[in-house]
Amino acid sequence: MVQESDPLPSPDTGSDKVLLEVRDFSLRFRGAPSDQINHVNFSVSPGKTLCVVGESGCGKSVTSLAMMGLLPAGAATIGSGEMIFEGQKLDLADHTAMRKLRGSRMTMIFQEPMTSLNPAFRIGDQIVEAVLAHSDASKSEAEDKALAILKRVGIPAAEKRMRDYPHQLSGGMRQRVMIAMALVNDPSLLIADEPTTALDVTIQAQILELIRDLQAETDMGTIMITHDLGVVAEIADTVAVMYAGTIVETGPAERIFNDPQHPYTIGLMSSIPQLSGPRGRLATVPGMVPTTQNMPEGCRFATRCPFAQPICAKEPPLAPLEGGHAVACHFAPLETHLEQSA
Amino acid sequence: MLSFILRRLVIAIPTIILISVFVFTLQKLLPGDPVLAMAGEERDPQVLEFLREKYRLNDPIPVQYFTWIGNALTGDLGISLRTNQPVLELIGEKLPVTIQLATMAMIFAMVIGIPAGIFSAVKKGTVTDYVANVVALSGLSIPNFWLGIMLILLVSVKWKLLPASGYVPLSEDPLRSITVMLMPAFVLGTALAATLMRHTRSAMLSVMSSDYVRTARAKGLVERKVILKHAFRNALTPIVTLTALLFGELIAGAVLTEQIFTIPGFGKLVVDAVFNRDYAVVQGIVLVTAVGFIFMNLLADVAYVLLNPRLRKQ
Ligand SMILES: Nc1ncnc2c1ncn2[C@@H]1O[C@H](COP(=O)(O)OP(=O)(O)O)[C@@H](O)[C@H]1O
Ligand code: SF4
Ligand SMILES: [Mg+2]
Repeated sequence: MVQESDPLPSPDTGSDKVLLEVRDFSLRFRGAPSDQINHVNFSVSPGKTLCVVGESGCGKSVTSLAMMGLLPAGAATIGSGEMIFEGQKLDLADHTAMRKLRGSRMTMIFQEPMTSLNPAFRIGDQIVEAVLAHSDASKSEAEDKALAILKRVGIPAAEKRMRDYPHQLSGGMRQRVMIAMALVNDPSLLIADEPTTALDVTIQAQILELIRDLQAETDMGTIMITHDLGVVAEIADTVAVMYAGTIVETGPAERIFNDPQHPYTIGLMSSIPQLSGPRGRLATVPGMVPTTQNMPEGCRFATRCPFAQPICAKEPPLAPLEGGHAVACHFAPLETHLEQSA
Repeated sequence: MLSFILRRLVIAIPTIILISVFVFTLQKLLPGDPVLAMAGEERDPQVLEFLREKYRLNDPIPVQYFTWIGNALTGDLGISLRTNQPVLELIGEKLPVTIQLATMAMIFAMVIGIPAGIFSAVKKGTVTDYVANVVALSGLSIPNFWLGIMLILLVSVKWKLLPASGYVPLSEDPLRSITVMLMPAFVLGTALAATLMRHTRSAMLSVMSSDYVRTARAKGLVERKVILKHAFRNALTPIVTLTALLFGELIAGAVLTEQIFTIPGFGKLVVDAVFNRDYAVVQGIVLVTAVGFIFMNLLADVAYVLLNPRLRKQ
């Protein structure tokens, strides 16, 4: 079943430049009976934050690793779609070109700060290495850059810390080092895969604030991957709600929070009544995400949807509403349909 | 670090005592009378009695043990019943030969085993990986004596490239010494190369799926650097530990290879001593081997600490 592949109207965020656009992207793991990532569409603008939100296992990390060309070789095949980054089509099969982009133009930080730094090397050297991988700067120029970025991300006594090994730093500090390493080459896109999930609540807030500040300074676009609606409320300009490898709803953050249209999004939102409300976890929708082994035909949410009808055996397209808002449900906008059936 | 080494040495003491008691007791339980072996054709009871007294074989066994271990502590491992040479001198003569053989074998093993292990880990699941594993398994399964004999027949007899046997001391003619030992070292090294390859492969596989290797790729490093620097540096710990332990085993295990290539090393000394019931020599050899083993173990532990920044400070 083919989904509508017309480019979406760019979300109304006050910027019409697009940094990264992912169009109709599908990916299947070797041996799996259905696509893990299913006709996904989203885009990010410079200086803006797109939050990709969804339950654990819905394919957020797989999508971001695929964009970086970091999926294990031979693990998955790409079924359809294209990615346009800084106006150029990415060729995921061109390993050299992807390597040159990685760590310089597009960078990524991960969920596990405790294990993401190499335990055998000093943190200063690990950042210097990132600089040298993408420029012919001298060692001492690279060291100056590393020191400056470590200071900028708020590492106290940075000169001394350069010579520390990762185990000498706390989780929050290690995530700051990861951010420093990701930003040292002035990337235009940062992909942050649940960067605060493994951290204490107070540290979480500091790291988010740091990312937001750095972003404001550099006009870098950010894809923030999270399952925490509190994080979304805090930093998202636009939101893409992901369910079982599909984008079920996307649009400006205010619209997603104030006027959610997809039954799944509505289920999520009912756990946090307002933008500044308490953090909600995404476990409030009853039932389980289907795996690629037992993926329903048609709408992938049908097994858990309270509104499911026979037509839902047909895959709903991600259809635009007004204001850059788009929903993949046969019954959107919901109000009209509820009125009609009343 | 120093206190760590001292602690390990203190633990080593009871180990050595235990081994010495064990060896001594077992030796006494074995059938066969060393005095008969020594006296040869001579069966005069008075001569035999004189020999027993001379080597204090009439003392109660515990007394014999304490005499032996007491002397051993002063560096006196007794006199060979057969050659009348001091045991320590005998060992001192033969050990360097075997250490040279073991070192050369280990170099062969590392030069073949480690790159092959890295390569097959990187190529996991491909034909290359499969072939490397089959070759390694063959390396483990082919008996050393067979490989040794085949090499002699081919390289020495047919092609006349290298001498089939013998030994030239390193101090006499280094180049010739190494040349003569190339073949036995290769034979001994191949089986180890296979072991080393399989351990390197599994160590590499476990680090290659780690988060920091993904980070190294996310930085945009070239794959060679990702593998040889970020992954290999962390896989090194088990490899170095294994190498140190294998080296200890090599010294003890060189017996057969030394026989095939008629190298006058430790292995030949052991075999001769056992067949001639030369107690003092056998005991001395076991004690020295045990101490050597413990030393290699200690070396492995020290390397382990040195390779881990996390442990280094303590
Ligand atoms: N290399 C792989 N081979 C097969 N399945 C994979 C692989 N990596 C991830 N998956 C599967 O893809 C699904 C999505 O995983 P992931 O993207 O990590 O979810 P999340 O949204 O929590 O980040 C999971 O069910 C996972 O089992
Ligand atoms: S398409 Fe059907 S099953 Fe899917 S969300 Fe809409 S109503 Fe529910
Ligand atoms: Mg994830």
